[in-house]
Amino acid sequence: MGLSLNHFLVLGAMLFCIGLYGAIAKRNAIAVLMGIEIMLNAVNITMVAFSFYNHVNANGVNYSGLLTGQIFAIFIITVAAAEAAVALAMVISIYRKRNTVDVSDIDMMKW
Amino acid sequence: MDFATLVFWIVAVILIGAALAVVGLRNIVHSALALVIVFAMAAGIYLLLNAEFIAIVQILIYVGAITILILFAIMLTRVTSGQSTNPVSKQWWLGAIVSILIGVGIIYAEMNSSHAVATVGGSSPLPGNVSNVVRIGQLLYSPSSYSYVLPFEVASLVLLVAIVGAIVIGRED
Repeated sequence: MGLSLNHFLVLGAMLFCIGLYGAIAKRNAIAVLMGIEIMLNAVNITMVAFSFYNHVNANGVNYSGLLTGQIFAIFIITVAAAEAAVALAMVISIYRKRNTVDVSDIDMMKW
Repeated sequence: MDFATLVFWIVAVILIGAALAVVGLRNIVHSALALVIVFAMAAGIYLLLNAEFIAIVQILIYVGAITILILFAIMLTRVTSGQSTNPVSKQWWLGAIVSILIGVGIIYAEMNSSHAVATVGGSSPLPGNVSNVVRIGQLLYSPSSYSYVLPFEVASLVLLVAIVGAIVIGRED
């Protein structure tokens, strides 16, 4: 039994829902951010897996050089790094003003 | 069972276990250290998928930079309420149900859709002596019609804006 695309897709989906749980069920803002990073990694795994299995189409045309999935993964990593920097700056700024990182207590914009 | 399959199962089990540790551990520093394992194992998955460049970038940026950034943020902040530094909210069971339902939905859709790509076999070797890194460099920099020069430059602008924004937001005033 060799590896197939479904192995990687199911792995990515499981990782995504673990990260989603971390993002919506945690109260520490930094833990929420860690859940989001796991979700982004799950998407990257799916992207690279599709890129790996996108080798030849029904007409026999070779797509091996078109690494679009890996390019997408690079851009996702870039945006994730930018997002982590801005989000952690916001967490530290909120901690300085409100003395808490609990997302249940940070409700200044709640109507 | 061939070697790649064995490596995949070992890496996948460690990956899922470390991800569960990230969301499950009661101490946020332990969660952040489990996150290092998650990122390193994801790099192993990329190596299995012939994506050497992504694997190296994953180690450098995620394990090297983002985890350190998260650890610094943990050190600069402190949770005062309760014993646990990484508590779950009151509706954590609702979040668990929602994420399990979404995960089952994604897996069901993946299993029952006809993919436009082949599902077995993996990529054939790149033509000539072109390696993965060389090919990504060509796609990102060469000014041909199907390269990614413009998105690459926009990404550098995004990073610049993020740096300036992080400084402005995090500055003491």
